[in-house]
Amino acid sequence: MKQGAAMRMRLRGMIRKESLQVLRDPSSIAIAFVMPLVLLLLFGYGVSLDARYVRIALVVEQADANTAGFTGAFAHSDYFVPQLYNNIQQAEQALMEHRVDGIVWLRNDFSARLLTGGAAPIGVFVNGVDANQSRITKGYIQGVWQVWLAGYAREQGQEPAEPVALEPRVWFNAALRSRDFLVPGLIAVIMTLTGAMLTSMVVAREWERGTMEALMVTPIRIWEITLGKLLPYFVLGMGGMLLSVAMALWLFEVPLRGSFWLLAGSSALFMLVALGMGLLISTVARSQFVAGQIALVATFLPAFILSGFIFQIGSMPEPVRVITHIVPARYFVAILQTLFMAGDIWPVIAANSAALFVMMLLFLGLVRRKARKRLD
Amino acid sequence: MKQALRRILALAVKELLAVLKDRKSRIILVVPPLLQLFVFGYAASFDLNDIPVAIYNEDRGAASRELVARIVGSPHFHLHSHLDQDGQVAALIDTREVLIVLHLGERFSSALYSGDTAPVQVIIDGRNSNTALLVQGYLRDIVTEFNLQWSRRNGRPPPLAMLQVRPWFNSNLVSRWFIVPGIVGLLALVVTTIVTALSVAREREAGTFDQLLVTPMRPVEILIGKSFPGLLIGLLQGSFILLMAVYWFEVPFRGSLGGLYIGMILFILSAVGIGLMISSLAVTQQQGMLGAFLFLVPAVILSGFATPIANMPEAVQWLTCINPLRYFLVILRGVFLEGSSSAILLPYYWPMGVIALVTLSLAGWMFRHRMN
Repeated sequence: MKQGAAMRMRLRGMIRKESLQVLRDPSSIAIAFVMPLVLLLLFGYGVSLDARYVRIALVVEQADANTAGFTGAFAHSDYFVPQLYNNIQQAEQALMEHRVDGIVWLRNDFSARLLTGGAAPIGVFVNGVDANQSRITKGYIQGVWQVWLAGYAREQGQEPAEPVALEPRVWFNAALRSRDFLVPGLIAVIMTLTGAMLTSMVVAREWERGTMEALMVTPIRIWEITLGKLLPYFVLGMGGMLLSVAMALWLFEVPLRGSFWLLAGSSALFMLVALGMGLLISTVARSQFVAGQIALVATFLPAFILSGFIFQIGSMPEPVRVITHIVPARYFVAILQTLFMAGDIWPVIAANSAALFVMMLLFLGLVRRKARKRLD
Repeated sequence: MKQALRRILALAVKELLAVLKDRKSRIILVVPPLLQLFVFGYAASFDLNDIPVAIYNEDRGAASRELVARIVGSPHFHLHSHLDQDGQVAALIDTREVLIVLHLGERFSSALYSGDTAPVQVIIDGRNSNTALLVQGYLRDIVTEFNLQWSRRNGRPPPLAMLQVRPWFNSNLVSRWFIVPGIVGLLALVVTTIVTALSVAREREAGTFDQLLVTPMRPVEILIGKSFPGLLIGLLQGSFILLMAVYWFEVPFRGSLGGLYIGMILFILSAVGIGLMISSLAVTQQQGMLGAFLFLVPAVILSGFATPIANMPEAVQWLTCINPLRYFLVILRGVFLEGSSSAILLPYYWPMGVIALVTLSLAGWMFRHRMN
C-alpha cells in the first residue's frame, strides 16, 4: 500500500516535471501543433497526382472540318491546354524544351483516310520521363479520342462499332480526387514525424546535459521515467492529430465515412507507437545529433515511401514488401484510407490495429530493456 | 593570402574530424543512405505489378475466356479468384483482397457475335485514386488490342482513326527511371543539410564558437572552412549513388557527366548555405535539427520528386522556386534520360547559383551578428 503511494507520487512528480518542461519550451508545442498545421496546409494543397492543364501541342498538317472536330474535343476537355502548331518539327522542338508535355499529330492524309474507312493514324508523342504522368496523359488522350470517335460515327449515321467496351465503376472515390487518399496518408506521415520528433530528443537531452545521472540517484524506476516522459507528449500529439483530422474534414473536404471513435482509438494507438519509436531512438542514441539523424531517416522517408501512402505496396518486390511490415505508418495509412473513404471495414481495421498494438509493445519493451539505470 | 589558406584548411580539417571522429556519426553518414538507396530504389515506383483481380464471368463463350486470359496473363495482373455471384464482390473489394473485379454478363458473347458492343464492367477499389487511374489504362491497352484482333478476324471494320502512342525518352514508361535519378538529389540533400545544420550549433553549445570568432580568422574564412565537410560528404555520396543508379539500377545515362556535375556542385553549395543558415540561427543542436527537419520535409515533398510541380496550385508553385532540389531533379532527369546539353540546362543552373550565393552570404553575416 505504502509502496503504491510512493510510486504514484514519483510518477506524478515525473509527469509534472515533463509537463513543465513542455510548457516552458515552446519548441515542443511548435512540433505538436504548428508543424502539422503548416505541413498539412503545404502538402494538402501541394501534393496532387491529378494531371490538370496538360500542355499539348496539336499539329494539324491540313486543316478541315474533320480535324477541327478532333482538335475541338481537346479544347473542350478540362485536362488539356492545347497549343496549335503547323509542323511537327516545331512541336518536337517544343517537347524537347519542356514547353509542352505531349504532341498529337494529324498528318495531311488524315481526312482522306478517315473517309475511306482506313484506320487513319493519329501520332501521339509524350515526354516519358515522368512515367506516371505520361500514363495518365496517355489515358486522357485515349479518352478524348474515344469520345470523339463515338461522336463522329454517330454523325455519319453509323453505330459505334467497338467490339468490347470497358465500363469502369470506381468505388469510394468516383471522381478520382487524389486529395481524398493523399490527405489521410499525409496525416499518417506527419504524425509519424511529430511523434518521433517529440520524444526522440528528450532522453538524449538528459544524457547530454548530465541530468540523467541526477534522475538515477533518485528512487524513481526506469519505467516510471518512461511513462512520465510519454504521457505529456501523448496529450500534445493527440492534440496535433485532432487538428489534422479537423483540417482534413473541413479544409480539404475529405469525407469521413467511418466512425469518429474508431479513428480516435486507432490514432491513439498509432501515437503511442510513434512516441515509443522516438523514445527508443533517444534511449539508444544518447546524443542529440545522432538521435535527430536517426529520427529523420528512420521515420520520415520510410513513412513517405514505404507506407503505401503514395506507392502501392503490393507492386513492390518481395524483399521490400517484407521490409514495409516494420514501418508503423503502413498500418496507419491502411486504417486511415479505409476509415476516411470506405467506412468501418472491420477486417482491415482489426488486422492493422493488431499490428500497431504489437509494434507498440515491441517499441516500449525495447525501451525498457535498453534503458537501464546505469552509467557507462 | 597563404596564411588565410592555411587557416581555412586547418578549420576544414577540424570540421571534418568533428563529424567523422565519432563512430556513430560515421556509421550514420554511410549506412542509412545505402539502405535507403536500395529500399527506395526498388520501392518507389508507380508501376503496378501483380494486381489481384477477381473474375465474375457469367458468359461461357470462347471470346470471354480469351479476353479474361489476356488480362490475367499480363504481368500487371494476377488472378485472385473466380466468382459465381454478385454478392461476393463487395467483401473482396472492401477488405482489399482484390483491387478490381471484372464482370462479364451472360450476353457478352452473343453481343460480340451479333456486332453489338459487349460491355465489361470493371469494379475498382478507388481508395488510391492514382492506382485506380493506372489500372484503367492497363486494361484499356489490353482491350484495345483485343478489339483490333477481333475485328480483323471477324471481318468487322477497324476504328476510323487509330492512336499510335510513342513515349519519348522512356519508351516503356518505366517509373524507376524517373525515381532513381531523383534519389541522387534526395539523399545528397539530406546528408549535406544535416552535416552543416549542426556544425555551428554544436560549437555554440560547447562555447567554442566564441573562441573561433576571436581567432584571426575572418568570417569569410570561417564560412569556407565550415562549408567544406558538407560539400565533400555531399559530393562523395552523390557520386556514389550516381554510380549505383547507372551500374546497379541500369538507368540509361544519355547526357554529359560534366553538365551533371556543374549542377551537383551548385546544388550542394546551396544545400550547404541553407544548412549553415539554419545552424547560425540555432542556439542549440536540437533547434538546429528541428530547423533541418523543417526545411527538408517540405523541400522533398514539394520538389517534384514524386508528384509533379505542375499539379500544384499557383501559390505553391511559386514557393518551389526557392527549393534547390526542384532544379537539380530536372537536371538529373534531363541528363540521365533526355541527354540534355548544358545549354538546355542553363535555366536550371543559375537559380541554384543564386540560392547558394544568398544563403551563404546570409550565413556569413549571421555568424558575426549573432554574437551580440
